[in-house]
Amino acid sequence: MSAFDSVTAARANDRPTAIDYITRIFGDSFMELHGDRRFSDDKAVIGGIAELNGSAVTVVGLEKGRNLNERMDRNFGSAHPEGYRKALRLMKQAEKFHRPVICFVDTSGAYCGIGAEERGQGQAIAENLMEMMTLETPILSILIGEGGSGGALALAVADEVWMLENAIYSVISPEGCASILWKDSSKTAEASECLKLTSHDLFKLGVIERIIREPKNLDSIMFDSLKNLIAQTFEKLEAYDIQTLLSKRYNRFRKF
Amino acid sequence: MNTADFFNFLKPKNELENQGQEAENQPFIPDELWVKCPVCKSPVLSSDLGENNKVCPKCGYHFRIGARQRIELTVDKDSFREFDADMVSENIIDFPDYTRKLKNAKANSGENESVITGEAKIGGCETVIAVMNSQFMMGSMGTVTGEKITRAFEYATENKLPVVVFTVSGGARMQEGIMSLMQMAKTSGAVKRHSDAGLLYITVLTDPTTGGVTASFAMEGDIILSEPGALIAFAGPRVIEQTIRQKLPKGFQSAEFLLEKGFIDAVVNRNEMKDTLTKLLKLHSNKSVFGEGADE
Repeated sequence: MSAFDSVTAARANDRPTAIDYITRIFGDSFMELHGDRRFSDDKAVIGGIAELNGSAVTVVGLEKGRNLNERMDRNFGSAHPEGYRKALRLMKQAEKFHRPVICFVDTSGAYCGIGAEERGQGQAIAENLMEMMTLETPILSILIGEGGSGGALALAVADEVWMLENAIYSVISPEGCASILWKDSSKTAEASECLKLTSHDLFKLGVIERIIREPKNLDSIMFDSLKNLIAQTFEKLEAYDIQTLLSKRYNRFRKF
Repeated sequence: MNTADFFNFLKPKNELENQGQEAENQPFIPDELWVKCPVCKSPVLSSDLGENNKVCPKCGYHFRIGARQRIELTVDKDSFREFDADMVSENIIDFPDYTRKLKNAKANSGENESVITGEAKIGGCETVIAVMNSQFMMGSMGTVTGEKITRAFEYATENKLPVVVFTVSGGARMQEGIMSLMQMAKTSGAVKRHSDAGLLYITVLTDPTTGGVTASFAMEGDIILSEPGALIAFAGPRVIEQTIRQKLPKGFQSAEFLLEKGFIDAVVNRNEMKDTLTKLLKLHSNKSVFGEGADE
């Protein structure tokens, strides 16, 4: 499979979105919590509390929507600053109540628009990066589809970062890269190769800890095993005292 | 003052009409006798411009300046000691044409990377300073840029020193792929540790500060200053116009706009920057600045 095949798969309309993961892994236990308490409720970010094997966890996801209406409603998974601020509010809440955080990342990028700039898109992302680095509870981020630059990283400063096999994670879209490099945004296949954005490339580069194999249909077996993996990982991370956890997290990013 | 000058004087000091959109094509001062100010269009004598630290004497437009000149304007004479001057970037993900681009950037700028870091005194206050350089690949953030900034913060944390960072950047460096993105997290981690140690961090945003630098250490200062008229953005104006398919209002994403929206503390003229930094550093120093009798 080429890098561009992964780009296509990561963006496919029928690919499960954050809501699918939340529903399949946490079932009815998930309760959604809304709003950033500052401006509004950004529907590109879904968050709340759920139960995982008897313990509470905080769940945050970038949600693209599963059909055209939902996609419009959720701005195609491109969050505004208030989305990142909602995510941070929920993560801070998780810290207060000593529950781990799981993030599902799927976005082509943070939204580029007038309101987003006026309300400090850069500042909102920057604050998440800073605060997540020292959040005193375990954080696990899973890239399930597109990992578009700073808008994805704002939910991926974590103790472990995993990727679905056909998810992508990149500093710039292949189209953007191609138009800068060759003044031709149609050369996305070549650009996809250059950017080293596939799960296998990123595993080799040490950017992610784990690749989640994708069966042909992302069926229930995958969600069940993913649920077990998440639970085991939280158990492992919760065994560290906080200072050890935070210093491991710092060094995880310090090495790049 | 003739009539034309008077109206120029009345005009808002910093119009973005010729700025920002074509930010990358903006000229440095050429070696010509006269320079036309891109904002007020007045011809300005190069020597006058030089004496005014490359601020247009007619309208206050701030021409871009290089990192070395910035350091000279900011730190006390002979007090600068550079860190990691020899650190150089490599083509870590084997990106097409990057090796050649790096070579050209070095030749054109006379520098090894897009940031210069070190320690210095500003108005007598010991401080760590990092100054980004638009002449090196438009100040883009590669691994070495991030590493130098991270080391500067770690040094400051260890030695209990404040940090002053002058930003100018087109954003993350595409040619280093995901490694460039990781610099945003790495630098933010170092800023957070410095902050948690109770130390002062001042950012000075200069034209243009965009993308991954805006979305990391540029916006993480305790105090955020900017030069007048600087373009400060997460997404650049062209990208936004392409996304929303409409023209942006005049002055959108200027320093003054960010001040109005509450994202920066003050817009400070280049000629007053050193005094402003000195004042802030003194107000945060452990030594009493309120004269005798005050508590240590």
